[in-house]
Amino acid sequence: MELKKYIIIFSSILLIASTEIKASEECFERTSRAIFKFNMGFDNAILEPIAKGYNKLPEPIKNGTSNFTSNIATLLSIPNHLAQGNLKGAGDATASFLINSTIGIIGLANPAEKMGLKAQKEDVGQTLGAYGVGPGCYFVLPILGPTTARDSIGMIADTFVDPFAHVTWREKELLGASGNQFDYLAVKGTTAVDFRADNEVNFDSLEENSIDLYASFKSLYLQNRENKINNSSESEDDWGSLDN
Amino acid sequence: MKKIISVLVLFLFFSSASLANTYSSDPKIFVQELVSDAINKLSDKNLSVEEKAAFIENIAIENVDINALSLYTLGELRKSADKNSLSKFQQTFEKYFLKSLTSRLTDYSSNTFEVLNAEKKSANYTIVRSKITNSENQPEIKIDWRIYTKNPDKPLIRDLIVEGLSLARTQKEEFASILNSNNNDINILINKLEEFVNK
Repeated sequence: MELKKYIIIFSSILLIASTEIKASEECFERTSRAIFKFNMGFDNAILEPIAKGYNKLPEPIKNGTSNFTSNIATLLSIPNHLAQGNLKGAGDATASFLINSTIGIIGLANPAEKMGLKAQKEDVGQTLGAYGVGPGCYFVLPILGPTTARDSIGMIADTFVDPFAHVTWREKELLGASGNQFDYLAVKGTTAVDFRADNEVNFDSLEENSIDLYASFKSLYLQNRENKINNSSESEDDWGSLDN
Repeated sequence: MKKIISVLVLFLFFSSASLANTYSSDPKIFVQELVSDAINKLSDKNLSVEEKAAFIENIAIENVDINALSLYTLGELRKSADKNSLSKFQQTFEKYFLKSLTSRLTDYSSNTFEVLNAEKKSANYTIVRSKITNSENQPEIKIDWRIYTKNPDKPLIRDLIVEGLSLARTQKEEFASILNSNNNDINILINKLEEFVNK
């Protein structure tokens, strides 16, 4: 309990102290680079081989796995849509989850998308961003990867807001559903493998062509988060005088 | 970050149109023609990898605004760097850019490409929106092309934005990181680019 309290206090200080800082600024670059190196080692030794094996599975199995983890992730989006005042988004996400969990056989298929329901992913970091909280400084977490002050706090808050985490990580029953921490870690681990497998060639290419891989990952992460918060795929226009 | 491969594929696309061809000056048609041409060329099994690479290089030189791209990736330093260093940087950048493109030749896979629309942002540039589909089970990928149209007869590609991720911006931020940790010394950046070119 004490540890939780300290984490919350530390996180709050970090957030308050860093929301005015541009995301491009680092919290502790040397440490982050060292962690990034460790993460790349972890990726090379464990995640990448698993992802390569996963990619050899038949397409229906991969699609089913991807749909299943994606459907569970929709649960986190529902409260976040509501917190952002996006009732349509919350409605679509709820309908998508219900349809996929039933007609879609526990989420293995995605009939909701065929019906035109696109469940847009939202998390607490995005909700904070939507309320104008800046990203704060950037750093890298072991295994979990790139983040910012805001998004790391969001990540902790996600476990309180997400009904799936409530049932599994906190092992509390909800509407008759129960689970344990292993379930939580299994789904999160599978999500990571699915993402890594989906981007196998992209990662290889990025590794091969970057002269500062750490900076490339940072840029891509920050651009992606900006887009998710703005719900837009428009890139920032910063060509300035070069466009004249 | 997802689907960077599409960026790579599209880099190939925009850089691999036929040498003999000149494309439309209308940005939307320009992109469509260039990509169609590229798909045909890259699918040609009679061409060796080396031939395709040479083809890509030439077309990139013709249709990508490499000079402006190099200046953009340098950020504010382009305003304060001395002329000689700037010129050396631009030459090295071009080699780096072309090598980076050709190294991605094997990333090509068949895709369905469609230009959706074009939005003229100013007299000098237009955003052409397109999408690419890999297979029936894969979600489509949105790709925006930043086309420089200062010379209305010769549109030039300056950036590709894949699902909101700008390649030019990623490159710029990568260079900025190197410059920041080396007292903004452009020569160190040039050396790193040369190392990449020569490896």
